Amino acid sequence: MDSLQLLIDGFGAALTPVNLLYALVGVTLGTLVGVLPGIGPAMTVALLLPITFTVPPASAFIMFAGIYYGGMYGGSTTSILLNTPGESSSMITALEGNKMARRGRAAQALATAAIGSFVAGTIATALLVVAAPAVVAFAISFGPEDYFALAILAFTAVSAVLSRSLVRGLASLGLGLVIGLIGIDQQTGQARLTMGVPQLLDGIDVVIVAVGLFALGEALYVASRLRHSTPEVVPVGRAWMGRADWARSWKPWLRGTALGFPFGALPGGGAEIPTFLSYAAEKKLARGTAREEYGKGAIEGVAGPEAANNASAAGTLVPLLTLGLPTSATAAILLAAFQQYGLQPGPQLFDHNPALVWGMIASLFIGNTMLLVLNLPLAPLWARVLRIPRPYLYAGIVVFAALGVYALNGTVVDLVVLYVLGLLGFAMRRFGLPVAPAVIGMILGPMAEIQLRRALAIGAGDVSVLVKSPVAVVLLLLALGALLTPLVRKLAVRRELAPTVIHEED
Amino acid sequence: MRMRILAALAAISLAALTGCGENAGGGGASGGTGTLRIMAPASPGGGWDQTSRVAEQALKAADPKRRVEVYNVPGAGGTIGLSQLAGEKGNGNLLMTMGLVMLGAIEQNKSKVTLAETTPIAKLTEEYEIVVVPADSPLKQLSDLVAAWKADPAKVSVAGGSAGGTDHIVAGLMAKAAGVDPKKVNYIAHSGGGEALNALLGGKVTIGISGVGEFAEHVRSGKLRALGITSAQPISGLDAPTLKEGGLDVELANWRGMVAPGGISEGDKKALTDLVTKMHDAQPWKDAVAKNGWIDSFQTGQQFADYLNAEQARVKGIIAEMGLVS
Repeated sequence: MDSLQLLIDGFGAALTPVNLLYALVGVTLGTLVGVLPGIGPAMTVALLLPITFTVPPASAFIMFAGIYYGGMYGGSTTSILLNTPGESSSMITALEGNKMARRGRAAQALATAAIGSFVAGTIATALLVVAAPAVVAFAISFGPEDYFALAILAFTAVSAVLSRSLVRGLASLGLGLVIGLIGIDQQTGQARLTMGVPQLLDGIDVVIVAVGLFALGEALYVASRLRHSTPEVVPVGRAWMGRADWARSWKPWLRGTALGFPFGALPGGGAEIPTFLSYAAEKKLARGTAREEYGKGAIEGVAGPEAANNASAAGTLVPLLTLGLPTSATAAILLAAFQQYGLQPGPQLFDHNPALVWGMIASLFIGNTMLLVLNLPLAPLWARVLRIPRPYLYAGIVVFAALGVYALNGTVVDLVVLYVLGLLGFAMRRFGLPVAPAVIGMILGPMAEIQLRRALAIGAGDVSVLVKSPVAVVLLLLALGALLTPLVRKLAVRRELAPTVIHEED
Repeated sequence: MRMRILAALAAISLAALTGCGENAGGGGASGGTGTLRIMAPASPGGGWDQTSRVAEQALKAADPKRRVEVYNVPGAGGTIGLSQLAGEKGNGNLLMTMGLVMLGAIEQNKSKVTLAETTPIAKLTEEYEIVVVPADSPLKQLSDLVAAWKADPAKVSVAGGSAGGTDHIVAGLMAKAAGVDPKKVNYIAHSGGGEALNALLGGKVTIGISGVGEFAEHVRSGKLRALGITSAQPISGLDAPTLKEGGLDVELANWRGMVAPGGISEGDKKALTDLVTKMHDAQPWKDAVAKNGWIDSFQTGQQFADYLNAEQARVKGIIAEMGLVS
């Protein structure tokens, strides 16, 4: 096969000592910025753009790709250990990952995240080689009505699985929707809920919301309880994944990859939505002990979403390389880097600069392997972070959260917003409201709104455009199914009054 | 925790090494010495940021002894940066990159600070806008678009960037020239040219408007067809008539330039103008202009100040006519 030969040539180009060094710098840097809340891969690559003036293109892209993949991985570490996601795409990881850590299974959670990221990254990169044209065709066919249906599906899937109490889940979701409204309305350019503060015109960054509600809220909550009770001692536990962990992880890795890759290719699909869907799917599919473990630290809930966010990173490269279409912030900056070198990604790039493209794809495989080598041995070490006395640990989190958020835009307004949200997060914990639906609402709400309005505007006000596309119909039916199954199940249980409640949906 | 502190230190020192620390000591001595700071009033990666960073390289090449620093103040179409610049009154060691988009944002956000509180230094580059349709669209030329618009403006969906931005302004000016109420334009705002491109390639919208650079590749590959460009003369290597040739009297350049804070001394103004002129003559600047397909439209002094005033009036008019100011 032709592209296989080109890929081998690409490995030849990427495997020089200098390029390997760039790859190492990239993945290390990526992991670090992933760990730090607030600072993400997009910003890091943007700040490093000036190196394109001096470094040859192949080396620069090898490093940038490493940063991108590394960032996706690094975000999970703090999610799992401290319940404070470093990136919004690793927010879902915190749900089960942190519960695992508190039960002394931090090392296993970190390991399944690392290996899952590796598996997903490798498979998705391979798909990038063979399936790029098909995926691009699929991504382009996606219209506003399909995105709207997708957002509805994500809403229902997530709200059906996330909260134990429907009312509390909806309340939290509503809070997120309101936060998502703040800023300039994209279609009309009018300001909403900005209260005359110009810094709010662009809306509140999802990173600030995630860091505020999760990290600060958690720190305040822990602080509020320190005086009342002695903190439970977290056991560090065994270092490696056992046979059962492997058996429970591999399917979620594959399913997460399957969800993440196409979503990455969708403009606006992002890395967050596939993690929501992966979590929801894994929870629905869980059986027996795994099902009981949900909410207490089920390894499937870490393995699936972590695979999904890494696979989406590879998916993003498909439209970028084949069409010159950036579908995420990091991809947009990578596109700028291509243009710095006078290269226009698009249909011609593969023909005109095969060495560069295939070198970059090869470097993705290399970077992925490096990430695994770098992070797997570190998992038990990271787990020891939990032994640090709480006051120091959480003081550190507060400092880093503030530092990261300030680094985003360099404005004090963001810090004020962060602390307001931190207090809100604390109050939500205090009164038993789940935090995740709020962040999900803030990500999905604006997307659902904008796509609905786009679809209606394009259809000149005709509501039937929403069900004209087969993709939209399928997605809406799935959403309806997700809504109805709990009801049907409830009815079935009532009728049977059988003791086999756990297995009834087999 | 120690590892995380190390991590932060490593990240910070790396950023510093590559010459792009976020914030560092400012202002100080004026009069063409000391550290010159250039504010990009947008996030890293965008057009203003790119222009600022190229300017930094070119300035360093023109005057190796001068320290130059770029920093970002993103938000609200650049008006956050503008209000910060206004707070630096009299600082002769500060420049801000800006352009047409900022004029629209000032009107739309009803910014308290306007460009009247700045000192115009130089216009640097222009980029033209291009109006395209998908290859299989029934609209073959500009007159077809005008006819469709006149028949029912709601049925002509126009994909472009943010509401009130350059693309939207072009759509409004075109509708006005075609005799269609600019308020009736069915404009579908997207976040950036990439998203709009996707909507076009998928055949979801009728026409698309964006910078020439965003769509040119796809016009050349035949996936999109150009109905017109907003320049006065056709662009070589691109099969597209000007809007004027197509029958719509619209010309617009998405220009970028630099301004300094208000209230600076004549000496500082001259020093900054000389410096930017030197930068414009330096090789890195010329290379970047060629590489990015920018059009060199260098202009300084009163000429630029007059241009700025005329553009502000034009943008103010069309934004109001499109009903974009609440």
